[in-house]
Amino acid sequence: MKPKFAMYWAASCGGCEIAVLNIHEKILDVDANFEVVFWPVAMDAKIKDVEALPDGDILLTLFNGGIRNAENEHMAHLLRRKSKILVAFGSCANEGCIPGLANLSSQEEIFDAVYAGVSTNNPLRVRPQFNWQIPEGELHIPEFYPVLRTLDQVVNVDYYIPGCPPESHQIAAVIDHVIQVLQGKAELPPPGSVLGANGTTVCDECTRRRNVKMIKKFRRIQELPEIDPTLCLLEQGIPCNGPATRNGCGALCPKAGAQCIGCYGPAAGVVDYGARLIAAFASVIDSNDPQEIDRILDGLPDPAGQIYRFNLAKSLLRKARKEV
Amino acid sequence: MTNGNHRPPQERVGVYVCHCGTNIAGIIDVEAVARWAGEHLKHRGVVVARDYKFMCSSLGQELIEQDIREHQLTRVVVAACSPHLHEQTFRIACERAGLNPYLCELVSIREQASWVHTDKNAATEKAKAIISGGVERVLHHEPLEPLHVPIDAATLVVGGGIAGIQAALEIADAGFPVYLVEREPSIGGHMAQFDKTFPTLDCAACILTPRMVSAGTHPNITLMTWSEVTDVKGYVGNFTVTVRKKARYINEDLCTGCGICQDKCPKKVLDEVFEAGLGYRKAVYTPFPQAVPKYPVIDRPNCTYFLKGTCRACEKFCPTDAIDFEQEDEYVTLKVGNIILATGFDVLDGRRIAQYGYGRLANVFTSLEFERLSNAAGPTNGEIVLRDGVTTPKTVGIIHCAGSRDRNFNNYCSAICCMQSLKFAHLVKERTGATVFNFYIDIRTTAKAYDEFYQRVLEEGTIFVRGRVAEVTDAARLPGEEGKLIIQVEDTLAGRQRRIPVDMVILSVSLEPRHDAKEVAKLFGISCSSDGWIIEKHPKLDPVATMTEGVFVAGCAQGPKDIPSTVSQGAAAAARVLARIQQKQIALEPVRASVDEDKCSGCRICNGLCPFNAIIFHEDRMVTEVNPALCQGCGTCVAACPAGAISGTGFSNEQILSQIEGLLMLNLEAV
Repeated sequence: MKPKFAMYWAASCGGCEIAVLNIHEKILDVDANFEVVFWPVAMDAKIKDVEALPDGDILLTLFNGGIRNAENEHMAHLLRRKSKILVAFGSCANEGCIPGLANLSSQEEIFDAVYAGVSTNNPLRVRPQFNWQIPEGELHIPEFYPVLRTLDQVVNVDYYIPGCPPESHQIAAVIDHVIQVLQGKAELPPPGSVLGANGTTVCDECTRRRNVKMIKKFRRIQELPEIDPTLCLLEQGIPCNGPATRNGCGALCPKAGAQCIGCYGPAAGVVDYGARLIAAFASVIDSNDPQEIDRILDGLPDPAGQIYRFNLAKSLLRKARKEV
Repeated sequence: MTNGNHRPPQERVGVYVCHCGTNIAGIIDVEAVARWAGEHLKHRGVVVARDYKFMCSSLGQELIEQDIREHQLTRVVVAACSPHLHEQTFRIACERAGLNPYLCELVSIREQASWVHTDKNAATEKAKAIISGGVERVLHHEPLEPLHVPIDAATLVVGGGIAGIQAALEIADAGFPVYLVEREPSIGGHMAQFDKTFPTLDCAACILTPRMVSAGTHPNITLMTWSEVTDVKGYVGNFTVTVRKKARYINEDLCTGCGICQDKCPKKVLDEVFEAGLGYRKAVYTPFPQAVPKYPVIDRPNCTYFLKGTCRACEKFCPTDAIDFEQEDEYVTLKVGNIILATGFDVLDGRRIAQYGYGRLANVFTSLEFERLSNAAGPTNGEIVLRDGVTTPKTVGIIHCAGSRDRNFNNYCSAICCMQSLKFAHLVKERTGATVFNFYIDIRTTAKAYDEFYQRVLEEGTIFVRGRVAEVTDAARLPGEEGKLIIQVEDTLAGRQRRIPVDMVILSVSLEPRHDAKEVAKLFGISCSSDGWIIEKHPKLDPVATMTEGVFVAGCAQGPKDIPSTVSQGAAAAARVLARIQQKQIALEPVRASVDEDKCSGCRICNGLCPFNAIIFHEDRMVTEVNPALCQGCGTCVAACPAGAISGTGFSNEQILSQIEGLLMLNLEAV
């Protein structure tokens, strides 16, 4: 009997699922070596089918998405219980990713944006109710939590595969490795390891020339008349997150002339990605005049979005505190 | 955060809570804190927790030593004062008992708790939290060994004013080589510009020039004037300093200092440095006749030959062919073990105090201008006259605190202005018989024989008006004011506004840090206060050392002071350096940054940041390295490294985060 495989999406965009399918013919190896028991995007299965499985029956579960609501949390606990190996797959499950940026806003602010924003015609200001009485009985929708949490803030996680989404060749390599483990040809890495990525930073894979950095002005990439194709983007004033971001992607963005936005998360051993990054940026500002420094930093129009685009939920602060 | 931190530790920790007399025990219930640590931090490895009246006393230290032996302690946390005061004390105590000194952590419950709180319960709880953080931190400490480095016996003294001269002479007299670097053509500094010195009124030149000559001729002193330090590398005991010797256009081997070139030079230049803008010098010049060294310099931007390609009068008349228009700047590399900074001060530009009219009203003078005016060797041969050069003033107003003790300019007291202004009052009276008004806020004459001098000036009939002058104007409103400068002031003793017409106004302008003090501080890897004065290591107990090992400070570079204090500091800095030289080697704190090359991606963020030039980039391997002998453990690169590849000994992520967890009491067992 083949070992069982599952993949699930919680608060996420679905890109991780596409990235898995994007491994092309390797997907056949998955089918050849695993029995896929649960994968909502690819096949029909019900939660009760999973609930019916014995605990620990699934060998490998790739879990993507953050924990935003009660359903996400329920599925995290369920799949944890049913899986031998639970992998936080992709940036959302690892570190919160874009959905995690909502931790800068309160639940009211989020609902106001969604249900009363300019794109919504809702004159009665109706809001979702988690429980609602109708003649036929009570209706429930999953409770929306005040903050988004990462998978390992809710359940124990065995391995991490970072990226938004993880690069397909890295996914294929991990799957290959697991198959080799099944065949007794390789061993599992120590629990808690990061798979499908390396330990240093994007700079390691970036081919651009680097000098001692002195930044007089931050620029958005579209403001530059032309970009030196061989020089470090940060040195050209473009706030490239590469120096703080774990490598494994092959430095795709900087090689193509766009700054790294940090989707592979912090390098190994870094506790707070955004703190590291803003300290690094601040360190290379070429001025001693407080007003000029303020002016230079104003060149980062959305600092939180710049340094915590992927990592806010996993950061030391996790969320904005709202005074009540 | 750091998961798994709560497993029971292997270490045996002793916690020692100091009463510091009533300094701590007056606010914090020290017995309760020690008891609490013994009970609630037991599961974190605390095997003994005590409180004691003075932990730093020999009995207190013996208590710790005895416990280390009896309880086989592997870690020690002392909760007492700031590590600045007694970290060393307790480290040495641990070492005596056979424990590596770096396994001791001193947490401050005095500066950070008892002294800053009035609520006894809250302060006691805070002390518990601080100790809890210290215990968590110390668990992650590692035994360290200090680094020993040899000390080069040569010393660099930067600045050839009286502070630098004094320091250089002391060290040279002790038999060790000194490089004395001065950026002007001559040593002497501000003191050489003065006429008389307070309170004894001896002539500045008479007491200064013998010292200058000694410094210039001393076999152990290499004098480098018209020179500036451009680069400093290295660390205590082993600095490598680059000095730019600016081209003098004079061959020093041939020049005899006869002065003929200065006589023959046809180009007169306003001397804004030595003569404070009151007199002229030539384009080839020595700032003053007693200059040391005797060689002149050619002021290239003003020299007719350099400007127009013709003239060369100096060259024609020089009897020894010492003029060399082809000379170029020379860079000299020096190896020194210690550095003394005696870079002095600037004076506030009087124009900044617009209401006093300096620069707009001809007969408003600054203190430095008055020094030159009253100096027998100055532009008027010591005659105190108005700007027209002939008229003797009949009434003179001297304004103290011009730009000092004033939130619009400098908050600090410039320390010398009271005495300087009293000296001016005396000189004006003595030489002109004029009526003198001194406008003061407070009179500060605290040093030896200073107040006696004040009494003397009072008796001489100088009129003292207490109040900050509002305005100096030439707009006459009342009879008798025409053609005069009118000083508008609130006489706070008489309780009324006064308008006092005078012929001459002297502003005792504020002393200020050198305009380039911040760059100089950066060059030498030290810090300035927000005012711009160099920060000493300890304001009371270590006033001539800086936070950078091997770099000392003397004189006004550290803050405004008079000549006696400046000379004392020069000598004190020299004594510190001599003590160092005698030790022959020095133990460096092993708190250092190091790069994990496996994690470094060579992004080069850190490369330009090190204030001690300890960072080296290896282009071939694309990794950065920190030279442990240069590193002072400041942590700048550690904080900047975006990859987390640099860590600081004693300040690892683990240590800091576990201390935070301890502070938040996350280490306590659930009740």
